[in-house]
Amino acid sequence: MTEHFSALILLMPLFGALLVTLLGRERRTACWLTALVCLAASSAFAIGNICQVLASKSGDLRYRMGGWQESAGYEVGIELRVDMLAALVVAMVVLVGFVNIIFAKTRVGSEMKDKVAFFYALKQLLIVGLCGIVMTNDAFNLYVLIEITSLTSYALIAMGNRRAALSSFNYIIMGTIGASFYLLGVGYLYIKTGTLNIDDISSVMQSGDLWAHPSIMIAFVLIMLGIWTKMAFFPLHGWLPNAYSYAPGVVGSFMAPLMTKVMVYVMLRVMLWLFGGEYVYSSGHIWGELIIWMSIIAIIAGSFLALACTDIKKMLTYLIVAEVGYMVGGAWLMDGAGILGSMYHILSDAAMTFCLFLAASIVILRTGDHRLTAFTGLFRSMPLTMTGFTVGALSMIGLPPTCGFFSKWYLISGAIEVGHWSYVAALLFSSLVNAVIFFRIIERAYFGRIEGVESLPVDADGSPPVVLDRVPYSMLLPLLMAAGSVLLVGIYNEVLAGWLRAAIPSL
Amino acid sequence: MIEESFLPLITWMVSLLAVPAILLLRRTPNAREMATFVAAFAKFALVAVMVPMILDGRVLRFSFGEILPGIPLEFRVDGLGILFALVASSLWILTTLYAVGYMRGLKEHDQTRFFACFAVSISATIGVAFAGNLFTLYLFYEVLSLSTYPLVTHHGDKEARSGGRTYLSHLLGTSVAFVLPAMIYCWVRSGGDMSFTDGGFLAGKIGAGDGMIVLLALTLGFAKSGLMPFHSWLPNAMVAPTPVSALLHAVAVVKVGVFCVIRVFTGVFGTDFLGELDVATAVSWIAAFTVITSSLIALSQDNLKRRLAFSTIGQLGYIVLGVSLLSPLGVTGSILHIAMHAFGKITLFFCAGAIYVAMHKKYVSELVGIGRKMPITMAAFAIGSLSVIGLPVTGGLVSKWYLVMGTAESGQIALLVVFLVSSILNACYFLPIVYRAFLCRPEESLYDGGRQEAPLACLVPLCITAALSVFSFFNPNLLLKLAGLMTGVE
Repeated sequence: MTEHFSALILLMPLFGALLVTLLGRERRTACWLTALVCLAASSAFAIGNICQVLASKSGDLRYRMGGWQESAGYEVGIELRVDMLAALVVAMVVLVGFVNIIFAKTRVGSEMKDKVAFFYALKQLLIVGLCGIVMTNDAFNLYVLIEITSLTSYALIAMGNRRAALSSFNYIIMGTIGASFYLLGVGYLYIKTGTLNIDDISSVMQSGDLWAHPSIMIAFVLIMLGIWTKMAFFPLHGWLPNAYSYAPGVVGSFMAPLMTKVMVYVMLRVMLWLFGGEYVYSSGHIWGELIIWMSIIAIIAGSFLALACTDIKKMLTYLIVAEVGYMVGGAWLMDGAGILGSMYHILSDAAMTFCLFLAASIVILRTGDHRLTAFTGLFRSMPLTMTGFTVGALSMIGLPPTCGFFSKWYLISGAIEVGHWSYVAALLFSSLVNAVIFFRIIERAYFGRIEGVESLPVDADGSPPVVLDRVPYSMLLPLLMAAGSVLLVGIYNEVLAGWLRAAIPSL
Repeated sequence: MIEESFLPLITWMVSLLAVPAILLLRRTPNAREMATFVAAFAKFALVAVMVPMILDGRVLRFSFGEILPGIPLEFRVDGLGILFALVASSLWILTTLYAVGYMRGLKEHDQTRFFACFAVSISATIGVAFAGNLFTLYLFYEVLSLSTYPLVTHHGDKEARSGGRTYLSHLLGTSVAFVLPAMIYCWVRSGGDMSFTDGGFLAGKIGAGDGMIVLLALTLGFAKSGLMPFHSWLPNAMVAPTPVSALLHAVAVVKVGVFCVIRVFTGVFGTDFLGELDVATAVSWIAAFTVITSSLIALSQDNLKRRLAFSTIGQLGYIVLGVSLLSPLGVTGSILHIAMHAFGKITLFFCAGAIYVAMHKKYVSELVGIGRKMPITMAAFAIGSLSVIGLPVTGGLVSKWYLVMGTAESGQIALLVVFLVSSILNACYFLPIVYRAFLCRPEESLYDGGRQEAPLACLVPLCITAALSVFSFFNPNLLLKLAGLMTGVE
């Protein structure tokens, strides 16, 4: 059975989604339990998967869906490919999904009203899509899976308040444009190589020496533009802040850490495996230097936009925009250490944004206020939540031993090795801005209020905000798990970095 | 001779273990303070046990395992580290006693939080003292910044908030903006090894231009050393309760800053290699500027604690100046001055706090004639002043002697003048306080009536630290030997 692990990761939530839909709208607890069990099983398989990759000699597992065999040198069926990077990112996706299900339990009923079953079904489908994106070795399948995640996330976001519908629509437009760009690029590749399997495309391009051909370059540019739109790389980020901050709390806290990170993974996959570092980083192209500068702009702009926000969730979403700049810049430093930093930051950023979004959701639910003022005096009234929040915040600032420190370490050391000091300066600048942003909040939470009592804001649709009397353990526990993961990913950074380093193809 | 040992770990842990105890015993203040005392004495005893081992020439090492490629999280106790730990742990006992008297005397709020954060801060300080490589040093440096923030802002009013904001923005900002990139650069350049070694791990691996930038980034980045222009956190942090100012801002925090600078000079670059690069002069002049300017500012401060703060900035400048001379005598003087200045300055802060507890006075101009009212406190104040100025019969003379010899040894006569001018300035801002406290005409005196000293818990510690200042003049041998382990000076 062990050889089927990678397929089982996908199948568990897929069947879970079906089962939940069949259970119907009345049996809420049964729906929750189904989703929980499916994702728990999926998480177990994902961890098993990591062990298998570690045990294998090549560090590169292949799985043919349905047992289709290779014929005449061409891949006919769908192939899954799991190396260490993919195994870790898949594990990250399903674990975040699993913990988020626990978090969602008490909130789904009131946030989703009669759509509880749909929520669980969509959420599991989204996880299937994300895991598929990470593991598939087929460029067209990748497109289909991107569409699956997009469609499910449009629906999930639109379940939020009245503004969510418009944000979701905005996301649909941008997302569709991005996906179309990607598809167009894949089309060019298919015309030139006659295959869709990523390895085959790569080897055909190699053997036919197609590198100099303009269609390859067009394909690369189109695919990159498509992926950047989906990952909200500045200035293509317009859809992200509204979509994630107006989405229901249980949805936002799950999508924000995962979606952009998985798209960064896709970018790395395309750069290093589909086209190959030799082509992407070759000095013949003007784009290398240009893209690093774009990522520097993304980091600085994201930091400034976050600094200007008074809404806690929106602030966090702009920080994601800055963090995407970190990862794109790291990947384009054309240096092993930079790529390693980018890969490690996928994991560490997921851990810390998850932690911060959970904490922010709890604070908003408990205080009914979604502005930064909500934090006033919270260290006294919500010490555990604030502890979790502080761990996430310290990681964003980049203080040891949180994972944010170590991803900065790898990224900066990569930049120093190639002598790209402006990127180093941008990273440090963003750390300092993050320090201002978060200590502003922590100070508020630590001291309590000075001015008079601020009135609670009214929701966009005019209804008064929800205020919980107390925070249930089913919400606190996930937050503390996320905070723990921020520390664990940090403390075991050397192990993770060692695994990831082995996955980087030689440049 | 390096040997593995659990002693550094236990010593570091003792005060951390006190934290849960302090939090659990929050309802019974006496038991809570007992927990702090037990930890403080245990810590001091453990450090004292290590002293003879270190004097034998052994180096105790404890490693938590690698945390970054090639970099373990590791403690390594050598002469410099144990000297600093000895000073910090011994003064923690006295400060705890003093803090109990002070906090209860003023009926302060949130005493549990106060003592808990205090214990964490001491652990971080010991972590810095024992750090075996640059990364470990940085880690505990940051922990110290964060754990002292609640102490600095203890009062929670507007002034405390703005003081706290300056505190964190200066200390965190400089460490992230300067130390972090410089440290990673060191890591890349040294091939992944950042252990402090006698010759410096960067020796021979870096050019003069880069060396200059890295040296400045590390020296200014460890802004706890109070070098100008990143010094203004220190006077602003004086909003903290006096025990905090005393231990943290005269001893632990600021001395962590200069300790880091000494480590940078001796362990990262190595004084010989810096001599080859010929880049340390820049640091010397920054330090000299700091020494003179801060002394001049101190002259004009009426708030007693602020005057002490600027005096501290000047004395920290001495230490950085001494080590930047790169001569064995100068480095010895710097290391000794960590201890000597600690004894003297903590006495002065204790006195300032005692005056505040007993008389609620915090301005220099209000101290005319207070010598009759609080003779013991003001006598201790006089001894502390003598020590900071560097006059006999106090330990301050010993360290200043070595510093002055250092300037002669390295042939920097201009800097010798800096030391002398600064000593005169020190005398100018301390001696008038003492003079007017005791020797004023009866009609000038602002106080009448009999003696009224602060509570005994405040009074005893300041007498002990004053006695330590005097004792270290007559018998500085232990400190000299420990410093000599680093510099080779007998």
